[in-house]
Amino acid sequence: MYTASDLRKGLKIILDGDPYMVTFFEFSKPGKGQALYRTKLRNMITGLTIDRTFREGDTFEPASLEERAMQFLYKEGDHYYFMDNETYEQIMISEESLGEAKHFLTENLNVEVLLFKDKAIGVELPNFVNLRVIKTEAWVRGDTSKADFKPATLETGYVLRVPPFIEEGELITVDTRTGEFSKRVKE
Amino acid sequence: MSKNWALLKRKENLQRRAWILQGIRQFFIEGGYLEVETPHRIPTPAPESYIDAVVSGPWFLHPSPELCMKRMMASGFEKIFQICRCWRDGERGRLHLPEFTLLEWYRAEADYTSLMDECEALVHFLAKGIGLGEKIFFRNQEIHLSETWERITVEEAFHRYTPYSMGDALKRNLFDELMVQDIEPKLGIGRPTLIYDYPAQRGALARLKKNDPGLAERFELYMGGVELANGFSELIDSEEQQRRFQLENENRRSWGKPIYSMPLKFLEELKEMPPSAGIALGVDRLVMVFNNAQTIDEVVAFTPEEL
Repeated sequence: MYTASDLRKGLKIILDGDPYMVTFFEFSKPGKGQALYRTKLRNMITGLTIDRTFREGDTFEPASLEERAMQFLYKEGDHYYFMDNETYEQIMISEESLGEAKHFLTENLNVEVLLFKDKAIGVELPNFVNLRVIKTEAWVRGDTSKADFKPATLETGYVLRVPPFIEEGELITVDTRTGEFSKRVKE
Repeated sequence: MSKNWALLKRKENLQRRAWILQGIRQFFIEGGYLEVETPHRIPTPAPESYIDAVVSGPWFLHPSPELCMKRMMASGFEKIFQICRCWRDGERGRLHLPEFTLLEWYRAEADYTSLMDECEALVHFLAKGIGLGEKIFFRNQEIHLSETWERITVEEAFHRYTPYSMGDALKRNLFDELMVQDIEPKLGIGRPTLIYDYPAQRGALARLKKNDPGLAERFELYMGGVELANGFSELIDSEEQQRRFQLENENRRSWGKPIYSMPLKFLEELKEMPPSAGIALGVDRLVMVFNNAQTIDEVVAFTPEEL
């Protein structure tokens, strides 16, 4: 059991039956008044964020999420299929539950699937993944006027900004925590 | 080799902090105040609903020097001030440290309105002394000290900034939430704000207004949305004070918090105290405002997490 004073960024708690993650936290206390714990919470099933203020003495259950090592297999419509590395059991996660993670899933990628009450509600990605650039403007060698980053579309459909020397068909490393370009992969 | 760069980065802030401390002493000494020191470790704190004292052996570290300083007033000291470390359990945030520095001062034959004036004079004096003049840049905005400071009642602030009256907010148990979310961010914007006449139950040691006993003669100073000081006309009726402490302790008991024993020597000597006014000002927060610091961490040498 957690109390309000345990609240901090990243804490996972149960609220109205759903698992939530604390994404913002601030302690405040007006003069001679009670301590208030202001938070933003992300519903780990729907992905929606809510504002909630807790008071001293409020308690909540920790959201105990099970993590299982799985491999991403394929996508069909809004459904993403994964396979348990130990049992070979296959499970499906909806695009909605995946949130931003959907941008970084490539075939056979190893991830940690998060389960809440035996239901898969999301994945934890490796911090860095390699993805192929399928579309970006060509770079005119020697053209220093275009030294700025340019947009590039990846094989998952995700668009990000890359340095001008990156060409179509190249493999790049992306930081999944920020969604930003990290480095070029030498093949 | 592991030089503490985070600490070195605070050098300028800490330099200014030292000037501010010197300035405070100069202001009060020139104003005829006596600097005093009272024990940090005390047998019992004043029972207050929302202030938890840090335990130190069988005693406590004081959450404020209030009880001892009032005993001095009761014995005949007329103008005293103290700058000291205080401790409050569980308070940690952008504006809170569990160990922090308070400036507290008391004046005989004065009420809360004269303290409001003195607050203004002190802030002017310090801003000038450290070379900021009449304009303070804090949280992306200017606070003009030379403009007439805003004076607003708590009732008026609820009316202006929330959909509830102060009385409704209390009844619905929303007073603190509305204060923090809707009112505080509007206070001390562009110029400092003095907000006054708090509900009686938010002033356990304050005198009630003669013509309206639902209100306490208490005020707070805000600059840039940050609460800096809390002052009031002192309650000097010892029996009434004891009843209020008991009420505060009943609240504490009902929430499962430790209750504090009655500060008997204080209650006994309070009978001798002349009409007075007293105020506590958060020195760390004042340094924050004068340094345009975003968090209280930036104006102390070490936070508890850095020890």
